[in-house]
Amino acid sequence: MNPREPHTLTSAIELDDVNYTYQGIERQTHALRDISFTIASGEPVAIIGPSGCGKTTILSLIAGLIAPDSGKVLVNGTSITGPRHHTSLILQDYGLLPWKTVIDNAALGLTLRGTTRAEARATALEALHTVGLEEFAKAYPNELSGGMRQRLALARALALEVDIMLMDEPLSALDALTREELQDVLLKLWQRQSYAQVLVTHSIEEAVFLGRTILLMTPRPGRIRTIIKNPSMGSSQYRQTAEFYEKCACLRKLLIEENGRARLAEIGQPYEDGDDEIALMMAGELVDA
Amino acid sequence: MRSNLRIIIGYIVAFALIVVFWALASWLIKSPALPLPWDAIEQFFVTLPDTFSHILISLWRVIAAMVLGTVLGLPLGLYIGRSERADVLAAPLLYLLYPIPKVVFLPILMVLLGLGNAPKIILIAVVVFFQMLVTARGAAQAIAPESITSVRSLGASPLQIARHVVLPSSLPDIFTALRISIGTAIAVLFLSESIAGSTGIGYYIMNAWSRLDYVAMFAGIIAMGAMGVGLYEILNIIEYRVIRWKHITKR
Ligand SMILES: Nc1ncnc2c1ncn2[C@@H]1O[C@H](COP(=O)(O)OP(=O)(O)OP(=O)(O)O)[C@@H](O)[C@H]1O
Ligand SMILES: [Mg+2]
Repeated sequence: MNPREPHTLTSAIELDDVNYTYQGIERQTHALRDISFTIASGEPVAIIGPSGCGKTTILSLIAGLIAPDSGKVLVNGTSITGPRHHTSLILQDYGLLPWKTVIDNAALGLTLRGTTRAEARATALEALHTVGLEEFAKAYPNELSGGMRQRLALARALALEVDIMLMDEPLSALDALTREELQDVLLKLWQRQSYAQVLVTHSIEEAVFLGRTILLMTPRPGRIRTIIKNPSMGSSQYRQTAEFYEKCACLRKLLIEENGRARLAEIGQPYEDGDDEIALMMAGELVDA
Repeated sequence: MRSNLRIIIGYIVAFALIVVFWALASWLIKSPALPLPWDAIEQFFVTLPDTFSHILISLWRVIAAMVLGTVLGLPLGLYIGRSERADVLAAPLLYLLYPIPKVVFLPILMVLLGLGNAPKIILIAVVVFFQMLVTARGAAQAIAPESITSVRSLGASPLQIARHVVLPSSLPDIFTALRISIGTAIAVLFLSESIAGSTGIGYYIMNAWSRLDYVAMFAGIIAMGAMGVGLYEILNIIEYRVIRWKHITKR
């Protein structure tokens, strides 16, 4: 997962010097600056960074919803021109359709691909079973709690056989215990289906639990600040290990530092590079991007 | 849940209220131009065998026109609501044409199409078409962008986006527009039937008036009211079936 590593056949996602600017009505927002990274197929990655740093924008680029201003976005080695059927994107607000029942929401991806109704529903029901929503199949999204909606969004993504799973803060609306429970579900599903997974999160624990690679981003315009390797993730027991705590502490320190840097930048103070080195050493195996 | 019993009780009470005020007004005014309600109601039932064909033809005109106006106005409105490029031309056209009372086109329609069903149906259809166009456009513009993004990320084609997002999310507004359209459609129907031809409940009312048969005239007005109630209730039943999800949020 070195950003300068040449592209290999096994890379599922590759961003190469990507820039993206939103053209607003009043002003332009330079959301991403010179973003480069590679995600191997089947690799679980977590992205963490301050609000507004461009995390959702990165997912939109990989999903093919928007095209970069400059640079390249490659999926399975080819430049992406639009949404593809084998990528699933779970949006920050879940993207459910209130006029469709739970099962029809879960089956939506398959329906759009032209799968027969019966087959789509059977697959969707299985996915609902996986996330524990089977008995709500005939309800409407508005009848579900926030956590159930998030599970439904997950079921919809699961019903599709995907090789790339993109998730934008999929568990943010949950209480701590339900959240851990669903983190375990996410982990199991990734292990079973082994898609490349990009999880955007604001939770340090979640990033360390679900990301074998963690990308830490800078405030706007978003750049990759640091890439943290987290090879020991992969079991629900990981949460109880000392290494997990260490990684969380390290990530927390980097985030605090990143916020401090942003604040200093706001008041026009240069940031001492030496402080950066200390943080990097603490993080262990990491690469400065 | 729509409870049928409650709806029926509601109608009975409303009907009783109207009869009471009508009777009071009739006693106060003491003019043959405003007969007593029970005389008009009796006349309505006595002449029903004769008026029935008028009611049927009027219903046919209204329903045909509403279907025609909706089938044309709905997709076009949704389309210009979603396409900024189409809206550049469509918006000024709409603002120019929408406020013009469409009944001014009745003479030219009669010259072109005669005195039969065609000019009446087309006139009402034009009125419904514009109401539908304006509402559908607004509804399509108001769609939450996340809904579109979510199906787009699943690889939906423009047609699939229209079918799975744009149309269903606009339906509640569409039904409101249809409900408003029923009122205007019946008003325009009355006007066009009273001006031309010798069929329809509008003609029946005007004809009774010219004979100074006020009881028959009010019997016709009752028939027209009954027609409206029938249309509204048909619409309610369809709406309840089609947008169940909306009723769940309201509870
Ligand atoms: N549609 C848009 N139009 C204009 N600017 C936008 C748009 N979407 C995002 N931006 C801007 O681009 C920047 C990056 O947005 P993005 O949604 O990617 O951030 P994020 O990292 O996902 O934030 P959060 O953690 O709050 O979800 C933000 O500063 C935002 O103001
Ligand atoms: Mg975001």
